[in-house]
Amino acid sequence: MANTSRRYAENAGSALAVLMSKRSTLSVIALVLVLVAVFWMRPNIARYNGVRLLLNLSPVLIFTALAQMFIMTASDIDLSIGSFVALVNVIVAGIASPGLAAAALLACVAGYGLMGALIHWLRLPSIVVTLGASFVWLGLGLMVLPLPGGDVPLWLSDAMRLRPPWVPAPVLVALVAMLLGHLILYQTSFGVILRGVGSSPAALERAGRSTLRARMSLYALAGICGVIAGVFLAGITTTGDANVGRGLTLLSVGAVIIGGGEFVGGIVSPVGTVMGALVMQLSGSLLSFASVAPAWQYSVQGGILVCILGLRAISWRRVVT
Amino acid sequence: MAIQRTDGRAADEGALLALRGISKSFGPVQALKQVDLEVRGGELLGLVGHNGAGKSTLMNILFGVTSPDRGDIILESQAMDERYGPALAHRLGIRCVFQELSLCPNLSAVENALIVHPSLEGTGWKRRAKSLILTRLHEIFPGHGIDVQTPVGNLPIGQRQMVEIARAFTESNNLAKVVILDEPTSSLDSSAAQQLLRFLQRTVLDGKACILITHKLTEVLNFAQRVVVMKDAGVVADVSGAGLSRERLFTLMGSVERAMVTPEASSFAGMRRVDVVGNTGGPSELRIEAGETVGLAGLAGHGQKEVLHRIYAASRSGRDKGCRVTGSAAYVSGDRQREGIFPLWSIASNITIASVRSLSRGSFINPVKEQRLAEAWREKINIRSKSVLQSILSLSGGNRQKALVARAFATDAEIILFDDPTRGVDFDTKRELYSQIDSASRSGRCFVWYTTETDELFLCDRVYVFHEGKVVDSLVRSELSEERLLQASFHEA
Amino acid sequence: MPLAIRRLVAQPSFYATAGAVLVWLVIVAHSHGVGGGAVISGALNYSVFFALVGVGQMLVMASGAGNIDLSIPANITLAAYLSSGQMQGANAGMAAGFAIGLLSGVIIGLANALLILALRIPPMVATLASGLVIESFCFAYSRVSVAKPAPLLVSFTTQRLAGIPLVVIAAIVASAAVIAVLKRSLFGRHIFACGQNMTAAWLAGVNVRRTRVFAYVACSTFAALAGILFAGFTGGPSLNMGSEFLLSSIAVVVIGGTNVAGGQASVVGTWSASIFLFLLLTMLNVFQVDPGLKNVITGALIIAVLALGKANRPQAQ
Repeated sequence: MANTSRRYAENAGSALAVLMSKRSTLSVIALVLVLVAVFWMRPNIARYNGVRLLLNLSPVLIFTALAQMFIMTASDIDLSIGSFVALVNVIVAGIASPGLAAAALLACVAGYGLMGALIHWLRLPSIVVTLGASFVWLGLGLMVLPLPGGDVPLWLSDAMRLRPPWVPAPVLVALVAMLLGHLILYQTSFGVILRGVGSSPAALERAGRSTLRARMSLYALAGICGVIAGVFLAGITTTGDANVGRGLTLLSVGAVIIGGGEFVGGIVSPVGTVMGALVMQLSGSLLSFASVAPAWQYSVQGGILVCILGLRAISWRRVVT
Repeated sequence: MAIQRTDGRAADEGALLALRGISKSFGPVQALKQVDLEVRGGELLGLVGHNGAGKSTLMNILFGVTSPDRGDIILESQAMDERYGPALAHRLGIRCVFQELSLCPNLSAVENALIVHPSLEGTGWKRRAKSLILTRLHEIFPGHGIDVQTPVGNLPIGQRQMVEIARAFTESNNLAKVVILDEPTSSLDSSAAQQLLRFLQRTVLDGKACILITHKLTEVLNFAQRVVVMKDAGVVADVSGAGLSRERLFTLMGSVERAMVTPEASSFAGMRRVDVVGNTGGPSELRIEAGETVGLAGLAGHGQKEVLHRIYAASRSGRDKGCRVTGSAAYVSGDRQREGIFPLWSIASNITIASVRSLSRGSFINPVKEQRLAEAWREKINIRSKSVLQSILSLSGGNRQKALVARAFATDAEIILFDDPTRGVDFDTKRELYSQIDSASRSGRCFVWYTTETDELFLCDRVYVFHEGKVVDSLVRSELSEERLLQASFHEA
Repeated sequence: MPLAIRRLVAQPSFYATAGAVLVWLVIVAHSHGVGGGAVISGALNYSVFFALVGVGQMLVMASGAGNIDLSIPANITLAAYLSSGQMQGANAGMAAGFAIGLLSGVIIGLANALLILALRIPPMVATLASGLVIESFCFAYSRVSVAKPAPLLVSFTTQRLAGIPLVVIAAIVASAAVIAVLKRSLFGRHIFACGQNMTAAWLAGVNVRRTRVFAYVACSTFAALAGILFAGFTGGPSLNMGSEFLLSSIAVVVIGGTNVAGGQASVVGTWSASIFLFLLLTMLNVFQVDPGLKNVITGALIIAVLALGKANRPQAQ
């Protein structure tokens, strides 16, 4: 008995350790600081409806960031995820037939997997392939819906207005996203292979594993997350716009990096990424609450990014030496 | 080539693994010539030979990482076809411990164990993989103290090596029948190395076979039942380990003649070039004088490289108080791929990059002077190529290394820092390099030479032995002996 | 393939140049051979800005894998505002306008280098962040000032000499200087050494830090120059004038044959790619392709050119 309880304690301890590992710590601190500041400035936001409205759009960035995270797990980078999310948005809003829309979304995910295969086979730099792909997604989006508009299925926009008890829907979404990302990458044996491909493909090959399959899986996962983000975007805005994705790509990179991810080495944290996305999302609201002139909001956002990463670089250097 | 064979057992009988007539070339370099090898169950086989003799290529072929140009791989009496690769090798029970390690640094020891055992997958894989790797670690390295949950990239190199070794012996559906270990003790301290060697001895008793590739002849002499010697891309001897003497092994390997360079008193004595105090921490401090050739010895990864880097950095910035350097320094790395060549450039550009500053007026380089300099050094150092304008990649490994040496010699640096520059270089090239070093030091240049080859230390005026980042011993040439070096390397005073 | 052709194809700039020529031929054929010169002249007048920005981005990308400048769009906009704001639509302020615009470029380059080298922030995120900060300055500045380029600048960007726009001639001279620097100077040698292998470069005596700072400063100065000129070309700065340059600055560099992994660059290729992309859009407009398909074709071509170039160029190990 004592043994079992100790093992539980150990497990809980190690779970906590994973959550609070050095990599995601900074995003936790940043998120807490931003939240405290928001609630301090607008105390009445700190309740169910306030939080719901505050975080209304956050699922889009959260899943976009997760998509970027899966690509960065392979030590790649995705410059196309923003326009991909916009493409999904216009497919949902612009294709009336549910069957056709679903087929199109499946094709999107398959397209992402193929993009991974192409990058792997021809050893192309992901940054350029995805740059090219961003034009393709944007173009396809414009072909589906040349002008902003379209109709979002009623069930979807209704689903976005759901009010689960106790916990506001966006918070629930964030928690589920964290959990799913963490489960996939850190709790399944397949996730181990996926992370391995980003740090040492040669080691994986020597262990008799297919790096092509791992790479394609990561891209397909990114595609799935991109589809989820696009569906959320359609449901929340109840309209489609092929140009809506411009800013999302770079914000998603920022979220992954704030969350403790790295550009190379297969080092990412799903929990940190989601928090990073929330930090990016909230800092915008925070600045408008603080009545920072709109012109300077970008500046402060950039400043936050630099501060977090600069702090991290300095603290890690100390650890290393 | 006559192969000396002292055990008369019939070939193939009970062999777990056999190679027949394996040949392999990499571009202009023939790495293996008609190699035959058998490994039987219950056998601990030592595989020795100088760098570049073909040991690592042989191992990569055994494991299916590289495919041979000619010849057969026979596992349990079945010839492998072109589908043979690491995946199949794993299923058939072939395991490898690679010298440069093949762990994913961002994964934990447990996760790295999982990678080689597809059958562990499914719920509960963490527990199964953890018990698998921990059992082996405890068995091989009792009291190892390794955290198997932390990413292996965070572990010190010695612990990483233990994990890689233990992983090679883990068994699920995939058994470990033949385990090949390439320099497994290069980063282990002496007690861990002993633990490993005793484990190898035990484990072959139940029918496994182990191939131990090592430079430390003592390990082979004390533990291997059979010793295979490789030289110049072929097997030159296959002898029983029992009663094998160190001298005989040396002869079989064709060791470098020691008295190649006649020792000569330095005529520049007294002019201090490098002075490293503090931080080396040991009983001796590091001093290098003009005209001197100083060797850095000890096991790989014990701080020799760091000292070279420190001297180099100090020569560039002069801000290091603990390391005074008079004059400028040039660096030659033996890790050509990662620290040496510029693959997109010609031989000429690769040679002149360190000295273009002196070839330029304003900030523009004089192309005529540049090519003249490159040509001059190509001849001086005998780089075998038609023209210096060819790509550096058209050269063989040894000639690329010569180009790197030429790069350093072409500068006006008074101090040349050598980071194991003869790694994977053939014997003739080495001999040429040695004479270049000799003539350069006569003209007052000093050399700081880190080498993993004991024979090269005998060319040095003085040798500093490193252990765990510190200088633990300092020997002048007359005091130098292999025993003394080993003792100091393992810090067994 | 005969050796001469194989050599030609192996040139980094081959695909971009061939593509530009091909597209031009199609356009000319469509108009039954009329107006080929005008098409080129028009293409040059527009693509010169992309070429200038591209040459800067090229220097950064050639200085090593992972190096990239995403602050270019904001940088272009800020330089345009500052210079035009100084000129106030009068020729008297032109020199001061150029000076202040270029100075802002230099400062931005130094700031980027500081973030990347001193704080060790990955270039992509560092320049993204600095871009955000610069964008704020643009917003703030656009509110308080009247920005109008000098008439002389406007005519400089549109006037032609023997059919070739003056600004193009100036840009070609500047690009030729870059080619000379890359081929013959210490800086060129050092930047390509860093680009291939920073450790090896450091061990070969290259001042890696200084070289990388130079690359970022050169890049942002080129972007600022393009911004100043572009403001003249379009008759005045606007807040989103830079946004087009974000992706295209990377695209022209890569299609032009510069190695994304660093160590090698092609100025000619960058020019060709800028012209190619512009002509491609012209052609698709001529054929009245719908805007969606236009983007799809552009994207597919970027990937195709990259794949072709990869297959036909000798690879470093």
